[in-house]
Amino acid sequence: MDIHEYQAKELLARFGVNLPHGGLADSPEQAAATAREIGGDSWVVKAQVHSGARGKAGGIKLCRSNEEVWNAADSLLGRTLVTEQTGPRGKMVSRLYVEAGQNIAREYYLGLVLCRESETIAVVASAAGGMEIEEISESQPETMQRIIVDPAVGLPAFQARDLAFKLGFESREVAQVVKIIQGCYRAFRNLDATMVEINPLVVTNEGEVLALDCKMGFDENALYRRPEIADMRDRSQEDPRESFATDRGLSYVGLDGNIGCIINGAGLAMATMDMIQLAGGEPANFLDIGGGASPERVAEAIRIVRNDDNVKAILINIFAGINRCDWVAQGVVQAMQQTELDVPLVVRLAGTHVEQGRQILKDSQMPVVPATTLKEGASKAVEVLNHGLGTQEVMEAAQ
Amino acid sequence: MSVLLDQNTPVIVQGFTGTMGSFHAQEMIDYGTNLVGGITPGRGGTRHLDRPVFDTVSDAVTETGARASIVFVPPPFAADSVMEAAAAGIETCVVITDGVPGQDMVQVKRFLRNFDPAARMRVIGPNCAGIISPGKALLGLMPGHIFLPGKVGIVSRSGTLGYEAAAQLREEGVGVSTSVGIGGDPINGNSFKDVLELFEQDPETEAVVMIGEIGGPQEAQAAEYIRTTFSKPVAAYIAGRSAPKGRRMGHAGAIVQAAGETAAEKVSMLQDAGVAIAPNPSEIGTTMATRLRKAA
Repeated sequence: MDIHEYQAKELLARFGVNLPHGGLADSPEQAAATAREIGGDSWVVKAQVHSGARGKAGGIKLCRSNEEVWNAADSLLGRTLVTEQTGPRGKMVSRLYVEAGQNIAREYYLGLVLCRESETIAVVASAAGGMEIEEISESQPETMQRIIVDPAVGLPAFQARDLAFKLGFESREVAQVVKIIQGCYRAFRNLDATMVEINPLVVTNEGEVLALDCKMGFDENALYRRPEIADMRDRSQEDPRESFATDRGLSYVGLDGNIGCIINGAGLAMATMDMIQLAGGEPANFLDIGGGASPERVAEAIRIVRNDDNVKAILINIFAGINRCDWVAQGVVQAMQQTELDVPLVVRLAGTHVEQGRQILKDSQMPVVPATTLKEGASKAVEVLNHGLGTQEVMEAAQ
Repeated sequence: MSVLLDQNTPVIVQGFTGTMGSFHAQEMIDYGTNLVGGITPGRGGTRHLDRPVFDTVSDAVTETGARASIVFVPPPFAADSVMEAAAAGIETCVVITDGVPGQDMVQVKRFLRNFDPAARMRVIGPNCAGIISPGKALLGLMPGHIFLPGKVGIVSRSGTLGYEAAAQLREEGVGVSTSVGIGGDPINGNSFKDVLELFEQDPETEAVVMIGEIGGPQEAQAAEYIRTTFSKPVAAYIAGRSAPKGRRMGHAGAIVQAAGETAAEKVSMLQDAGVAIAPNPSEIGTTMATRLRKAA
């Protein structure tokens, strides 16, 4: 789960991470008042959206007067910000963070991740601040420094100090850097984060070390024990289709195509998506019914997938292990009896009770296009999509 | 033969009396697994499914000689159960539980390092389908009827794609020695390489199907191991070649975060190691069968 910059800063401040003076605003008036309260002669107005690369997209504005702060806030609030990371739909700006401007002498990158290779928390840092970590690892891998943390010990000061010296911080800055690194580590560990990123970490002309931009991501599996983090969820930043399914306990991934997909298991979801693309189509979404799905759950899944206006055909691809094909088939029939489905439906069933499942579909006389293999399911879904509701030929060909 | 599990392996269930535990314990018994009891703290001394219930894994090991366990306990308590099994001397622990916090797994892996490598418990999962040695025993969720007993090993992150592979092999008349689901979480127990090492040592596993996906370093590690050491034919499929970058694809682990983690990169590393790549998920069975005919 992602949170906003201002939320990450609020959390990191509690762990002793040094931050510029700043405040939240949801109107131009409040932004101007916050700037006055902060004082100084320059301010940065930052759009709060769940995305990086906000600066390049015009979401961060440097202001030299109170009037400029007001104008910047006015132009950003209510706008949809499209960055390199948001996709074409963009993200709505409803809050701003106003911060004291800084005289930056040098910039660094500092990141903490749950490292899959070392299977513990790893600190990654570079003197090439301000760039994305992917760019640094490609263009200047020699500047990257790492600490692999022993989870039984934590992050001792000497490791952080060693890192700071290797990055070229001056002696008078090192103690400040150590405090920030250790603070980030404690926040990561105590709050079940999956990512903490400070980019850039800066040294000002006055010799102060500050976390200028902060990003945090959290482990959704651990939210049950981090209610405060769970409360930081901002639904306005989520794909509404995903929020809707998540609230119903279903796993959903929203995409940009027009074939709605209902599957069981994340691996099968990816494989189905690969097959659809090979067949020349694009999935609109994936909904995972999980294991042991009842007919009601399957019917609900069909309704959720159909809710997306982009969906012009639906592919149900189930390889039943602890699921049952007869239940899936009953769910399909239920959904079609309750609401007239206005898009063609392809159903591929395999595994447990597959014969009963296929029989139920056949006996129902519903306009369902059957398929036996994954490949056949995907190619038929693309075929019915291209021929609209004229699926009769496909059905006859299948029988 | 098979790896990790056969009809003689004494098995216990952690989270025995819960809904999930009870249902799957019965399925495993019906399949022929030597299920000797289970653990539910506070219910020690009672019986469930005609088998003894113990308060601790240690009691169960002492009383039954259990060597493998399967964990069905809810996510907040799963890591604790795994550590308890390791401390009690269990050899193989399958963690079915979906939703274990990542840092709990960090703790588990750190705890396991307290044991000498030769005596260290093997963890399979979490969030996995478990292990099946067809015709012998089941320590997982797999539908037994789709597996034909035979000589091809399967190792897969995804449970469902493991079924897909087994069913396609069956169509080709090819059977399975053991199928292992290693799970879709970012930090898991055994990796592809760990399981491949077992298949290498098993004289009756003649070839292996490996099913990977985007994200994480384990497919690359496996490719390196296959290139340098593994002596048997391998066919592989990597799911997620069409996945958009930076999107988490259902599995917490299925997200591209570093170089070498895209499907294309993984496929190319495996190809360089001499692995036959299934071009799509419908051709896993035929790719393996073709590779076997070539090897013969």
